[in-house]
Amino acid sequence: MPSRFTRRAALGVAAAAALSTALPAPALADWQPSRPVEMVIMAGQGGGADRLARLFQSIIQQEGLSRLPFMPVNKGGGSGAEALRYLKDNEGNPHIIMATLNSFFTTPLQTDLGVDIEEFTPLARMAVDTFALWVHVDSGIETLEDYIAAVNAAEGSWRMGGTGSGQEDSLVTALLEAEFGITHTYVPMGGGGDVATALVGGHIDSTVNNPSEAMSFWQAGRVRPIAVFTDERIEAMADIPTFAELGHPIEYYMQRSFVAPGGLTEEQQSYYIELLRALNETEAWQNYAREQALFTDFLYGDDLMAYFIEQRELHAQILASMDDPS
Amino acid sequence: MEVLSLLAQGFGTSLLPLNIGIVIVGVTLGLFIGAMPGLGSVNGVAIVLPLTFIVPPASAIIFLAALYYGAMYGGAVSSILLGIPGSSTAVATTFDGRPMAQQGKAGLALIAAAVASFIGGTISVILFTAFAVPLAELALRFGPAENFALVLLAFTTFVGLGGDDAMKTIAMICLGLVLSTVGLDMISGQPRLIFFDMPGFFAGISFLVLAIGVYGIGEVLWTLEKSRVAPTVTPARVTWSEMRAGFAAAGRTWKTMGTGSVMGFFVGMLPAAGATPASLMAYGIAKSTSRQPETFGKGNVEGVVAPETANNAASTGSLLPMLSLGIPGSPTTALLLGGMVMWGLTPGPMLFIEQADFVWGLISSLYTANLAAVLINLALIPVFVWALRMPFSVLCTLVLVLCIVGGFAPDQRMHDVWLILVFGVVGYILRKADYPLAPLVLALVLGPVMERSFRQALIAAQGDPTTFVTRPLSATFIALAVLFFLLPVFMKLWQRRKGSHPA
Repeated sequence: MPSRFTRRAALGVAAAAALSTALPAPALADWQPSRPVEMVIMAGQGGGADRLARLFQSIIQQEGLSRLPFMPVNKGGGSGAEALRYLKDNEGNPHIIMATLNSFFTTPLQTDLGVDIEEFTPLARMAVDTFALWVHVDSGIETLEDYIAAVNAAEGSWRMGGTGSGQEDSLVTALLEAEFGITHTYVPMGGGGDVATALVGGHIDSTVNNPSEAMSFWQAGRVRPIAVFTDERIEAMADIPTFAELGHPIEYYMQRSFVAPGGLTEEQQSYYIELLRALNETEAWQNYAREQALFTDFLYGDDLMAYFIEQRELHAQILASMDDPS
Repeated sequence: MEVLSLLAQGFGTSLLPLNIGIVIVGVTLGLFIGAMPGLGSVNGVAIVLPLTFIVPPASAIIFLAALYYGAMYGGAVSSILLGIPGSSTAVATTFDGRPMAQQGKAGLALIAAAVASFIGGTISVILFTAFAVPLAELALRFGPAENFALVLLAFTTFVGLGGDDAMKTIAMICLGLVLSTVGLDMISGQPRLIFFDMPGFFAGISFLVLAIGVYGIGEVLWTLEKSRVAPTVTPARVTWSEMRAGFAAAGRTWKTMGTGSVMGFFVGMLPAAGATPASLMAYGIAKSTSRQPETFGKGNVEGVVAPETANNAASTGSLLPMLSLGIPGSPTTALLLGGMVMWGLTPGPMLFIEQADFVWGLISSLYTANLAAVLINLALIPVFVWALRMPFSVLCTLVLVLCIVGGFAPDQRMHDVWLILVFGVVGYILRKADYPLAPLVLALVLGPVMERSFRQALIAAQGDPTTFVTRPLSATFIALAVLFFLLPVFMKLWQRRKGSHPA
């Protein structure tokens, strides 16, 4: 292990040296932070979003991407309502950026916060996390047909576990129900790790966990993925079909992007975009993303804003269909 | 025997000079972080996590584990000296630790706490070494119904044995439960009890805010009032004879330490439970099996030993599901888990097979971290006690500053600081009216777990309440809970009968 580390460290130093010369000159000249940057996280300590933000922080530090440190600050209250409000109240402050997840769309739709996400400054989308349908191996379910038959046979008492109501897992479940005309009993279990464990322990019958959350149980032969909610197969689980391949084009992703408060200058915005672009190209991040089954399509600036608006529309539709089950 | 050779290999890693150095730094840092009211192991681990990239993964996790351990030891320090539990796991330590400090026996209490922590940590590491893999399977059998039953048991051990006015205790529990529902409800996704539409309440009311308020600020107000009449500065000193007395006192409580360790380990292992219910249940058991239960809460050293063994044992226990299943048992272990993923390790069932070096290096480092923690802690006790000898006017200002900083630091919200001040005044008034504060704080800690698991169990069972009594583990815990609740009643009846029929 020590030898691997040294190699990695050496690479890091080399990369940092290369970057310091390779960074686009305008970004260095036009604007740079003059004090430490606050990296607001829309979720509490220890969750998936938090772990990712701290990974970014450490890569930025390790590879010397920024002269001044990035400090993670958790503002997870009210499904991210607290963080959104904080960003809104700090309009024009170039020393704050926020790591987002899908509550970036759903929270302003569900709660009246006076926040319009179009007012924020879009920076870059680092990744989209994927979802898969999982069952316990003891259930004997191997295909999607088996699954649908089992859920129908349970007559509504099939226990689908997931994160809190109105959060991503419940939206994916709603998509599944709408597509197949089935009903589950949705049991909110807490974090993604709790959900995965509850499935292994047999306290629920299926989940729509992110692959990263259930992967190790799959390798250990405890749970089985049935299909993935992506447009193409996931590299780390190449044998598992997508829903689209099976004739049911349902897709859902969890986006991991960075935004800044509204009212930033173009120089300030491009400083962060270039920094995140450099981060995106590091080996450490690419390896991590591959292992955790994240898709790393880098998207930035206006294209990212267009994506945000499209996603907000999509979430509004799903939420509306959940409120009105008929 | 295979375990022993693996462990020996692990010591090969953990006894490298770099790793020994790392353990000492980690434990010392943890001790101070834990001793600060407001800062706990979660904050400590979160702050240093990104810095651990400069050392190899095995050393990094050893550092974080040492910090985690140190913080567990340190938690007792502020509970005993200031009466402010630095984390929810140290609430039970205040029950007898604080009275001991007021009687001038702070040194004795701190020594007993350190020794108890060491024993609890060591016994649980041994259990960990021997049974890590099979025990993880047991933890999996705990679903929502079992978790509910377990928390109910933790509640009743406390209520049933409380010597205070029962009605007042119940009133305080209800108030705590109401406060625990503030914020966004996970099950329905709806906001509840957002007072005055203040956005700060969306995040709920954290345990720390309430504990720092009622214990920290409340205590300062209370002492101010009392010391106007007669200043009660207790001269505390640590002498060699007191050290010896401390060890002897801890030694006499070996039974309490034994039960505390084993129970702490098992309860800590369960993902939804953890060190707080473990420390409470240990306190409850120690009190109910004691020959002089009436001395508990008035400065009985066993009341310090029991929760301290249990919470340290539980903190080791909570590492078990993290390593073997990839499930964090506490926010701190969730961060450790995140760190492991960053270092390219996949926690879970395969870790023990694929990364045996790493796992056994970590396990063996728990032995060294424990030893380092007890030695450093004992060496620092005179310093901690010295702090108590400051004039009250200085100490009181210091506590006030610590309270505000400690309340602000974790989430950096002024909302929390204002709440602390409000809770401080409320706590003072409740205390004047002779209401017990511990049930209030504990209801806030245990309430969310209890409510959530209760509702999850009912949803999963299609609303059928018999799910709690038809599952064997859950039924056992519920039966025990009922027993504990009724125990004081039986005891009274029995004593009365004995009294009326003298033998």
